[in-house]
Amino acid sequence: MRLNPLLALSAFALLGHASAMAADPPVIGLVTKTETNPFFVKMKEGAVEAAKKSGAKVVASAGKADGDNAGQVTAMENLVAAGAKTILITPNDSKAIVPAIKKARDKGVQVIALDSPADPADATDALFATDNYKAGVLIGEYAKAAMAGKPAKIITIDLLPGHPVGAQRHNGFLKGMGLTTFEAKSNELAKPSEVVCMADGFGDQAKSQTAMENCLQKVPAVDVVYTINEPAAAGVFNALKKAGKDKGVIIVSVDGGCQGIRDVAAGKIAATSQQYPLKMAAMGVDAGVEYAKSGKKASGYVDTGVTLIAKNPVAGIDSKDTKTGMDLCWGKK
Amino acid sequence: MNTMTTSSTPSPAERKFHLPPVGTFGPFIALLIACTFFAFQSDRFLSGENLSLILQQVAVVGVIAIGQTLVILTGGIDLSCGMVMALGSIVMTKFATDLGLPPAIAICCGLAVTMLFGLVNGLLVTRLGLPPFIVTLGTLNIAFAITQLYSSSQTITDLPDALTWLGNTFGLGGTNVAYGTVLMLVLYGIAWFWLRETASGRHVYAVGNNAEATRLTGIPTHRVLLGVYVLAGLFYGLASLLSVARTGVGDPNAGQTENLDAITAVVLGGTSLFGGRGIVLGSLVGALIVGVFRNGLTLMGVSSVYQILVTGVLVILAVAADQLSRKGVR
Amino acid sequence: MQTTSTRPAVMKATGLVKRYGQVTALDGADFELRAGEILAVIGDNGAGKSSLIKALSGATIPDEGQILLDGQEVRFKSPIDARRAGIETVYQELAVAPAMNISENLFLGREIRRPGFLGNVLRMLDKRRMLEESTARMQDLKVGIRSMTQAVETLSGGQRQCVAVSRAAAFAQHVVIMDEPTAALGVKEGNMVLELIRRVRDKGLPVVLISHNMPHVFEIADRIHVARLGKRAAVLDPKKISMSDTVAVMTGALKASELPAECLA
Repeated sequence: MRLNPLLALSAFALLGHASAMAADPPVIGLVTKTETNPFFVKMKEGAVEAAKKSGAKVVASAGKADGDNAGQVTAMENLVAAGAKTILITPNDSKAIVPAIKKARDKGVQVIALDSPADPADATDALFATDNYKAGVLIGEYAKAAMAGKPAKIITIDLLPGHPVGAQRHNGFLKGMGLTTFEAKSNELAKPSEVVCMADGFGDQAKSQTAMENCLQKVPAVDVVYTINEPAAAGVFNALKKAGKDKGVIIVSVDGGCQGIRDVAAGKIAATSQQYPLKMAAMGVDAGVEYAKSGKKASGYVDTGVTLIAKNPVAGIDSKDTKTGMDLCWGKK
Repeated sequence: MNTMTTSSTPSPAERKFHLPPVGTFGPFIALLIACTFFAFQSDRFLSGENLSLILQQVAVVGVIAIGQTLVILTGGIDLSCGMVMALGSIVMTKFATDLGLPPAIAICCGLAVTMLFGLVNGLLVTRLGLPPFIVTLGTLNIAFAITQLYSSSQTITDLPDALTWLGNTFGLGGTNVAYGTVLMLVLYGIAWFWLRETASGRHVYAVGNNAEATRLTGIPTHRVLLGVYVLAGLFYGLASLLSVARTGVGDPNAGQTENLDAITAVVLGGTSLFGGRGIVLGSLVGALIVGVFRNGLTLMGVSSVYQILVTGVLVILAVAADQLSRKGVR
Repeated sequence: MQTTSTRPAVMKATGLVKRYGQVTALDGADFELRAGEILAVIGDNGAGKSSLIKALSGATIPDEGQILLDGQEVRFKSPIDARRAGIETVYQELAVAPAMNISENLFLGREIRRPGFLGNVLRMLDKRRMLEESTARMQDLKVGIRSMTQAVETLSGGQRQCVAVSRAAAFAQHVVIMDEPTAALGVKEGNMVLELIRRVRDKGLPVVLISHNMPHVFEIADRIHVARLGKRAAVLDPKKISMSDTVAVMTGALKASELPAECLA
């Protein structure tokens, strides 16, 4: 993959001015899952911002697509060769990336996992991540409370089979709803009988709309719809609106991007679990700067937090309003 | 002095086992079989509302597939179609919202951009003689990057009604049909007529079937190829409009799998990847086959993984059937 | 009966020169094609045979020399110029589109449109008329293919070449040039094509036939143009000269001046 050295070079060129600030700025590598997902775009921006403030240099790279492990391995090797003393990585494949992590750590490089852990989790020095299972639980609890004890007919519009993040959010949601589900470690999507339709929208708005339209043909009435992320929720809302069924349906999601919070404020999404990619990135950069300064490595798991954002609060559930959500959101405000 | 007669004894080539020409009706029969199967699995399947939905769901890929059919008929392939479609939708929506241009102008600008990409593809293929696979692989990435940069990776919302008008429906025979569906059918009709009944349309087939022979008859093959790529760009742009109308937003992350989806539709429809053979209506049937399976399997509660598996099997069957009906099995 | 020596020249070329870098392909070559004849052009590899034909069909532009068509000087910049001047060429590689039918191939590049609105505005093709014309032309040339709507790829190699020859004959006004038309065919198929070529000549179109196949040449040619070392070595009468002597002239073992006068045509 010849693209990575080029990416590294261009990142160096772009951040050239940062080097003027410190004598020898610490180089921090960032390897995200993909270039395209807005979540990682924001993470990268957050890292660059934090680096500017503390006089470090961030070199960013990524896999080619969700699940591309080889690309991330190459990226890590190139970053170590380019002099990165700390590497922040959101692993595409939590098991397969471990040898590459070990190689880097053996060379004295600090490796911190962001957003998703490696497997085993202690393969990295530290983990700064959203608890995706907890994110699911929060929105599940909200939906359950909003149903006020009535049994709910549920539709889930998921990512794709076997994806860890998709499974954690899905299973966490079902747990929050008080239904039979799998634990956080599982990559399988649970399907209790209350889930009347389960379809994959691949996190894409148009494809999620198609999936929801097809589900609505199967089961004409629904109470709660779980969606893997906010673009999927937008597609689901479209499908419901076109069928004239959007009134009273509780749509829940995860992400907390600014567009998603706007959709919550507009009443399209009932509640969403907001996560903080910028915080993950900033913490990672700080850890990198600290390591370069004092040789002290970060350690352990830091939950970067998940906040339930809802327009209409429900009794017994702790949530924040959309104004807070907008203040903290990632994306274009 | 021997007179020439039609060869009544079959030549060795003809003695092999041949399927009757499945290229023409095979895909349609496959679609009918699929529909029959799903009709038995769920009584919702054949309802007017469900069928109208399927037509709306395949519209974007369906229209992209028209452009893709043209390119494949010339023996080429266009991997950039999905990304160009996404770029077109971003241009249309941003021009209408950020720049405040009247929707009609914004739409035309989007079409101009997609046709420009078609022109670039065509020039690289004809002037520099580069293989279409490589060229469109490059323009795919360029279109993607421009889309992400120009939109800052944000979806564009709050669109004027005119941009989403094609998503509106009208009543027909007890169900609701979207205007976008009508547009898709009209575009297919125009493409089918052009390819079948006009000289320039037949030249597309000729170039794909034997480019050298076509050149020797005096037909300007480079102009035909260039025209095909630009025309394909126009269809991608129209698909952009359909995409915007369907989702109500300009989505910079749309179109990522549409290139393979369109190629699948074209192959399932019986068009040969080697060029020179195929019917554009087949691509509509191909797109419908995929849409029917996706809808039908969801109605049956079957995981989407099986839909992907079925699509893969169908593609191989389609290509094999085409080969068997033409070349026969030894 | 008019002997070939008194027939007018349809196409004439004098002093053609063509250089490709260091190599001189045509070194002052002459050429003459008379009305109503089949002129075979033979020569060893590198003799300048294909360069001569390319110059005559417009595929290359000669550096020096003159080409006259019906007495008028012509300069071809491309094969299309030659076609417009009424010269059609049949190529060795089967220049047909296999998936398209015979009628379509015959009219490829010269399609007939429907009259009136359908043709002028909608640009619709008059498929029925093209079919009728194709059937008529092929019957005229006694080519025994029954259906014009069958795809060319269902035909044998000989039949396909007949389609290509018929196409050239249908549209040529002055000259038909055939470049090794039977080279890729078997014996029976080759004979089929030769028959057709005779019929084309009998219809009044002179034919230039490039061939390596001596038996074929001796079977249908009226005169034989021997190319050697970029020039015209001799023009021979196949009825008077033997095949082996012809080959000798071709290789240079025998010079034209050493031949009895009656062998020259």
